[in-house]
Amino acid sequence: MSDRRADLELIRDTVATLCARFDDDYWAHCDAEHRFPWDFYREMAAGGWIGIAIPEVYGGGGRGILEAAAVLEEVAASGACMNGASALHMSIFGMQPVILHGTDEMKQRYLPGVAAGEIHVAFGVTEPDAGTDTTRITTRAVRDGDVYRITGRKVWTSKALEADRILLLTRTTPLDQCTKPTQGMSLFLVDRHAPGVGVTPIPKLGRNAVASCETTYDDVVVPVADRVGDEGEGFRYLLDGLNAERVLIAAEALGIGRAALRRAVHYANERVVFGRPIGQNQGIAFPLAEAHARLRAAALMVREAAERIDAGLPCGEEANLAKYLAAEAGFFAADRAVQTHGGFGYATEYHVERYFRESRLPRLAPISQELVLSYVAEHVLRLPRSY
Amino acid sequence: MNVIVCVKQIPDPATPGALDPGTKTLKRDGKLILDESDSYGVEMALQLVDAAGGGEVSIVSMAPNGEVSGMRTALAMGAAKGVLVSDPALQGSDALTTAKVLAAAVGKLGGADLVIAATESSDGYTGTVPEQMAEVLGLPSVTFAKKVVVDGGSLKVDRQTEDGYDEVTCPLPALISVTAGVVEPRYPSFKGIMAAKSKPIDTVTAGDLGVSPTGWAGAGQEIVDVAQAEARAAGEIIEDDGEGYTKIVAFLENLKVI
Ligand SMILES: Cc1cc2nc3c(=O)[nH]c(=O)nc-3n(C[C@H](O)[C@H](O)[C@H](O)COP(=O)(O)OP(=O)(O)OC[C@H]3O[C@@H](n4cnc5c(N)ncnc54)[C@H](O)[C@@H]3O)c2cc1C
Ligand SMILES: Cc1cc2nc3c(=O)[nH]c(=O)nc-3n(C[C@H](O)[C@H](O)[C@H](O)COP(=O)(O)OP(=O)(O)OC[C@H]3O[C@@H](n4cnc5c(N)ncnc54)[C@H](O)[C@@H]3O)c2cc1C
Repeated sequence: MSDRRADLELIRDTVATLCARFDDDYWAHCDAEHRFPWDFYREMAAGGWIGIAIPEVYGGGGRGILEAAAVLEEVAASGACMNGASALHMSIFGMQPVILHGTDEMKQRYLPGVAAGEIHVAFGVTEPDAGTDTTRITTRAVRDGDVYRITGRKVWTSKALEADRILLLTRTTPLDQCTKPTQGMSLFLVDRHAPGVGVTPIPKLGRNAVASCETTYDDVVVPVADRVGDEGEGFRYLLDGLNAERVLIAAEALGIGRAALRRAVHYANERVVFGRPIGQNQGIAFPLAEAHARLRAAALMVREAAERIDAGLPCGEEANLAKYLAAEAGFFAADRAVQTHGGFGYATEYHVERYFRESRLPRLAPISQELVLSYVAEHVLRLPRSY
Repeated sequence: MNVIVCVKQIPDPATPGALDPGTKTLKRDGKLILDESDSYGVEMALQLVDAAGGGEVSIVSMAPNGEVSGMRTALAMGAAKGVLVSDPALQGSDALTTAKVLAAAVGKLGGADLVIAATESSDGYTGTVPEQMAEVLGLPSVTFAKKVVVDGGSLKVDRQTEDGYDEVTCPLPALISVTAGVVEPRYPSFKGIMAAKSKPIDTVTAGDLGVSPTGWAGAGQEIVDVAQAEARAAGEIIEDDGEGYTKIVAFLENLKVI
């Protein structure tokens, strides 16, 4: 076994052992009470897992996306699912634009705190009127001497309630004054407690331990020192992190699928109807075997994509396919877990309904399955651009 | 202050165990992990060394096939080094031989101010190895320690009893066995597990330690038979017709519990 694979196994084992302390009931409570999993978060921070992909000079573990994906998969697979993964997700990978394009001073100011889990970060890209067409965002940042003044509105900013900083994508040049739509956008690390920032949680289907919020910015003053990299280059910086995010969300989807399959298999062995365990019926067993096959296949694509990212190789195809396949595999497994449980699958007691609700998410965000297929059609198969 | 902790590496209790029908002992061919019972000893040792302001925690283990996974976990928690005794000749060793081997491993490390074991392991749980080790090493031993404080050259131990605890003082060096839950074992951190990879584990045989005879030849005990535990009888179901409680009271009175 290569050193890296041996390390990965060790990382998985250690994270799984830690997560085992936070059982399904813990997560069910966090979800039902819309409570952020603080004690879980603190254990993960103390173990150095949140900073795993942040460079060692800034207090992190100095590892890559392959290791970060393993951590998040094990978190999700413990039964924590997206509630656990999303609590960490942004801190684990979201600082990529800062690591790659921030000034040294900015890195010193933020990265050690993020790695230690002390500075919480959120990500504000999606806007109500732009949707997936990110270049149409209208949140505007206007330079005023040493500061920028930011006005606009975002939706779905996850973890905005707990966040100290929001990595915010804004327009510094209006779309109609740009030669290319991808120009004229800039990234800022906005102080979430600055005057003018408003945060309102959006009621939603699941993953309720971590709120996703509407965030509003009303003439918010942001120092130039909190601009990430150069003005106008924000979209390009963002793209640097997108493939990594797809791989991480894919790993989380795999984790949900594993958790669901584990419960389904257990139940299929225990539950006796018509005088035999229901798992003896091929109608129950085969879909579970299929779920396993789909998860294993998707896991290979996740690993391939992560290794390419870490090696600095082109990975758009692999990262998109990983997210697509893992999201479908995770959802299929969660759906079959509910079906295997029969009516009890609908009861909160067996937890598979929670897995099921959360397995819906990777098919929608951070990018919908349709837009992934759109990418593959256009950039891999060379079909005409559809939009 | 230097502390040596005995860490047993056992089959993962989460997966069903199996007995070897030939030898009637537990099968140990898969991957072994740190016995949770010993994670308390490791944590306590780390805390004692920390409180003493210096010294180091070492670990000793006896396990088949050169197994070190469980030892690595203890090293990741913060132990500095270890001795593993692994030797096909040890197969069939009973608890006394295990104690002799572990005592010799402690000697190989040059002894310590304190040796810690768990009260009983999670897989064998004869609960006899620590005291036998103490005898072999010629050390005073305190069992069922639930709180331990080092005070100069002596040890103050709260020793768990059936209805409370005794306060026991004993001179150092000594050997204690600790109960589960005495301390909250830390989780290995990312940096901890990476550092543990390069911490030294000295792997030796019984012969290297000069312990003989071992294995089946050395065992003073013999496993004569292994039988299935009697299945628990189905309980009695009392239908409550409004007077059900009288039957329950009668049942409990019959057992003389009320
Ligand atoms: C729980 C949750 C957390 C989130 N967290 C964050 C966060 O932290 N930060 C953040 O910035 N965003 C976040 N998001 C937003 C998420 O990234 C977006 O919801 C997602 O990118 C889809 O955008 P939209 O909702 O605007 O969909 P739209 O763009 O409105 O699309 C609607 C539907 O139309 C389809 N569609 C649109 N265009 C095409 C086309 N050309 N071809 C085919 N189909 C098309 C889409 O696939 C989709 O099914 C989160 C969302 C959720 C649900
Ligand atoms: C005739 C006979 C043959 C046997 N053959 C085998 C065999 O082939 N293979 C086998 O695995 N078992 C065998 N056993 C069982 C074996 O004797 C005990 O499991 C073993 O000696 C430890 O006993 P225990 O787990 O009950 O220890 P306990 O006394 O319950 O352990 C208390 C504490 O002592 C320490 N400790 C105990 N054992 C170890 C260890 N190995 N390394 C480090 N610390 C330790 C730990 O801190 C542990 O928590 C045999 C038993 C008999 C009677």
